[in-house]
Amino acid sequence: MTDPLALYIHWPFCLAKCPYCDFNSHVRDRIPQARFAAALRTELAWEAARLGRRPLGSIFFGGGTPSLMEPETAALLIADAQRLFDAAPGLEITLEANPTSVEAGRLAAFRDAGINRASLGVQSLEDESLRMLGRQHSAAQAVAGLELARRTFPRLSFDLIYARPHQSLTAWQAELHRALDLAADHLSLYQLTIEPGTAFEALHRRGELVLPGEDDAAALYEATAAAAQAHGLRQYEISNYAAPGAESRHNLAYWRYGDYVGIGPGAHGRVTLGHDLVATRRHRAPEPWADRVERDGHGSTAEEIVSQPDRAREMLLMGLRLHEGVDAARFARRTGMALLDALDPEVLAMAQDEGYVVHTPERLIATAEGRVRLDALLPALLR
Amino acid sequence: MTDTPLSRIRNFSIIAHIDHGKSTLADRLIQVCGGLTAREMTSQVLDNMELEKERGITIKAQTVRLAYKAHDGLTYQLNLMDTPGHVDFAYEVSRSLAACEGSLLVVDASQGVEAQTLANVYQAMDANHEIVPVLNKIDLPAAEPDKVKQQIEDVIGLDASDAVMISAKTGINIEGVLEALVTRLPPPTGDANKPLTALLVDSWYDQYLGVVILVRVRDGRLKRGMKIRMMSNGAAHLVEQCGVFTPKMIPTDDLGPGEMGYITAAIKTVADCNVGDTITDDRNPAEVALPGFKPSIPVVWCGLFPVDADDFEKLRESLGKLRLNDASFHYEAETSAALGFGYRCGFLGLLHLEIIQERLSREFDLDLIATAPSVVYHIFKNDGSMEPLHNPADMPDPTYIDHMEEPWIKATIMVPDEYLGSVLTLCNERRGQQSDLTYVGNRAMAVYRLPLNEVVFDFYDRLKSISRGYASFDYAMEDYKESDLVRISILVNQDPVDALSFIAHRSAADSRGRAICAKLKELIPRQLFKIAIQAAIGGRVIARETIGAMSKDVTAKCYGGDISRKRKLLEKQKEGKKRMRQFGKVEIPQSAFLAALKMDA
Ligand SMILES: Nc1nc2c(ncn2[C@@H]2O[C@H](COP(=O)(O)OP(=O)(O)OP(=O)(O)O)[C@@H](O)[C@H]2O)c(=O)[nH]1
Ligand SMILES: C[S@@+](CC[C@H](N)C(=O)[O-])C[C@H]1O[C@@H](n2cnc3c(N)ncnc32)[C@H](O)[C@@H]1O
Ligand code: SF4
Ligand SMILES: [Mg+2]
Repeated sequence: MTDPLALYIHWPFCLAKCPYCDFNSHVRDRIPQARFAAALRTELAWEAARLGRRPLGSIFFGGGTPSLMEPETAALLIADAQRLFDAAPGLEITLEANPTSVEAGRLAAFRDAGINRASLGVQSLEDESLRMLGRQHSAAQAVAGLELARRTFPRLSFDLIYARPHQSLTAWQAELHRALDLAADHLSLYQLTIEPGTAFEALHRRGELVLPGEDDAAALYEATAAAAQAHGLRQYEISNYAAPGAESRHNLAYWRYGDYVGIGPGAHGRVTLGHDLVATRRHRAPEPWADRVERDGHGSTAEEIVSQPDRAREMLLMGLRLHEGVDAARFARRTGMALLDALDPEVLAMAQDEGYVVHTPERLIATAEGRVRLDALLPALLR
Repeated sequence: MTDTPLSRIRNFSIIAHIDHGKSTLADRLIQVCGGLTAREMTSQVLDNMELEKERGITIKAQTVRLAYKAHDGLTYQLNLMDTPGHVDFAYEVSRSLAACEGSLLVVDASQGVEAQTLANVYQAMDANHEIVPVLNKIDLPAAEPDKVKQQIEDVIGLDASDAVMISAKTGINIEGVLEALVTRLPPPTGDANKPLTALLVDSWYDQYLGVVILVRVRDGRLKRGMKIRMMSNGAAHLVEQCGVFTPKMIPTDDLGPGEMGYITAAIKTVADCNVGDTITDDRNPAEVALPGFKPSIPVVWCGLFPVDADDFEKLRESLGKLRLNDASFHYEAETSAALGFGYRCGFLGLLHLEIIQERLSREFDLDLIATAPSVVYHIFKNDGSMEPLHNPADMPDPTYIDHMEEPWIKATIMVPDEYLGSVLTLCNERRGQQSDLTYVGNRAMAVYRLPLNEVVFDFYDRLKSISRGYASFDYAMEDYKESDLVRISILVNQDPVDALSFIAHRSAADSRGRAICAKLKELIPRQLFKIAIQAAIGGRVIARETIGAMSKDVTAKCYGGDISRKRKLLEKQKEGKKRMRQFGKVEIPQSAFLAALKMDA
């Protein structure tokens, strides 16, 4: 693989647990800053030692709430990564940040640490919805945070969650238009998903939280894509919108099924080692992860070689989310099998007739109609 | 216990229309005679199958021995048989009647004589029973015992002046019933010194005991440890246990003349155990067998296929065990292009079909697909030969057929005056021919000849709904008549689904075709792709529906961390699909097969 590596660094702490969130995030009275900074650096060095010097295309500080880490920690990790790998030109370094006042003042310090792209968890521009989502910030704080971030970083994205309970199409359209006016060159717009084990799931099960029905949700989704498009932001992935050239390089590595390294508690990775593609996983609970890193130099749990059929499935399930689809040559290189061999020919033919996919010798693309049905299409289409 | 003189034994069946209170009366009789303590007593205690409890109906006849100290100071042995009321289980009733000398005819005093009251009482008369009319539910404000007595005399021709007036629910006058049994029913006859003859009344499979056989002894004695012989096939078995139901199973040393009870005898093959057979002593056999039963003739057939082809063996075994428990149910092997290996099964009606299917899934944990029910047609070929047709899929090409015949029934419908109009309309829509219409007070009794085919589908449901539940219905097979019949094939995305094809009269073909396509559209969930559902006669499409493509659904957020989880989910979904029946990529849920044909015409 000649693609540059993508490096993900997980910061597992948040100020509070949001009721919809199933990410590996934890609340602590005092975040053990020094300990986690050291452990992350140790694990990065361990991973780099076995990978060898490779080109590095992106770094992503995700969470949890990585804007709660000391900017100094980010600076050290960035410097380590640049020393251990060959930074590709235009190395993209993203920080997920929450628009709470606590972190707003530190944005400049993060920029000075090397962060050149911020992704703000705005979630909504309406105070009532923010309360419903259990967020620690107001809409005004979010807007202020966005403006500050925009002045601070060369690139900026933010997240919104829609298809919320009782959300009407017109209300969402109005909110979305305000968001588009605030947007720089990138937006992530997610439909609210009920995740297992969350507080929302319990409410949902008891019928106390009702999501928009299938048809309403589909209408919201389609209206979202249309509005973003009209604003010059292209839907390059199911939930991600960017001005041409402003796509998240880091996330594209996931969707194109490139190599990515994941360090920090619960982080996943897919890295080429020798002739194998290895799925890596880190211990999930923060402190036990740190214990292991301190003891063994890494917090890795059982690693697995990804089999050929699994590589094919993973690459398709990620790649068909992209507007550009899956590149046949890249697919063959990455999986060792021809793209057509991974698909059920009968379903492929029907899916083409139905206008769900476009298939050329160069690539397989899910159309807009195909992408909205991807969850049903994939199990049928894949062998 | 077994030395009761014949003069102090009474064997009786409780017969009635559905829900008139047979099982509730049985409860009271058991209670008054001390068969069960108050703590052991539940409502309709004899309806011990889960399905019977849930639906509040009796499916299997049950036997109980009671001891009753009568007003004459003597203690009598009463053998009670509770029977089902629904027409589909008439075969259960007929076998019970053959084991008794008398019947309690229970009539709901608020409803009066209904269709199955008539059907059952005529059967009891044919069996030469002494019949004691019992007017039940006199606790209800709507009870009209005098009117109902008059009805019994007018419609049935039974003397009702001595009818026993009771409330089985509240326990009014249960003693009256017991005294009537003792004083009005004849004791059984029989001779303990003659060679053994015992009627095999019923059998079933018990998890712990194996095959259990219900018998009624005529002559001789049936003892534990004795070697018995089945007179129909000569098979011999050692009696391991014999006993009676109180309703608990109580072992006894033997069963004498006139008595009813059970035996177990390590019987392995179902074929060795035929209801209606005569059991005799292997060492001292009787010369002449008892009359036995008319074999039951299934009137409705459908295919049963395992959802998971690996379950075929299990299905075969389960059908064997069920058949042991239900002599009116028939089956033979069948293969279908769409569904693989399965069985063609014959039933006494749609309720019977539904119950068997339920029992297979509950008692044997089988996931089944049932095909559309069909009656048995007679096909006369050009060469003059005749073939019975159980399965529409087997219908030969029309060019080989000279003509076809379909079965007709005689239906008796009792209905309050105000609903008569709609009932007659329904019968006419179903090609019915009226043969009689009489009145009993403000109730009409209509006798119609109808093609069975028209009744099998949803006639009973329609009848109940147009009469707000007040109409009652009974039928008996009559004969076969020539008819202009066509086979309607159902095509899903151009592929015929053999399991969904059915036969109908030409005049009804178009509307049936349209109705089933519309119903399938409702029942088949939206698929990934648009699908066409068509009904066709030969190459001619008579109806069509389109099911729109699948709903929109996509996971909103999916990053690096999710991949393994997402992939595993995908693999699970693929597994799930493999287990479903695929028809050119269209997944048809099993519920569609039966429901599709239970539609309103
Ligand atoms: N009010 C009243 N209700 C009664 C009486 N006897 C029975 N019932 C009710 O009538 C319904 C039917 O009673 P069952 O004893 O199950 O009737 P069945 O004749 O055994 O019914 P099948 O076995 O299905 O033919 C139940 O809800 C009983 O509670 C009675 O004397 N008075
Ligand atoms: C790693 S998460 C959170 C980043 C950051 N901690 C925050 O909350 O702003 C990234 C994004 O996923 C989205 N997200 C998380 N849980 C979600 C859910 N259940 N449904 C839809 N979107 C969700 C949110 O928009 C969130 O900003
Ligand atoms: S949504 Fe963000 S802030 Fe909320 S718990 Fe999850 S990771 Fe933490
Ligand atoms: Mg009953």
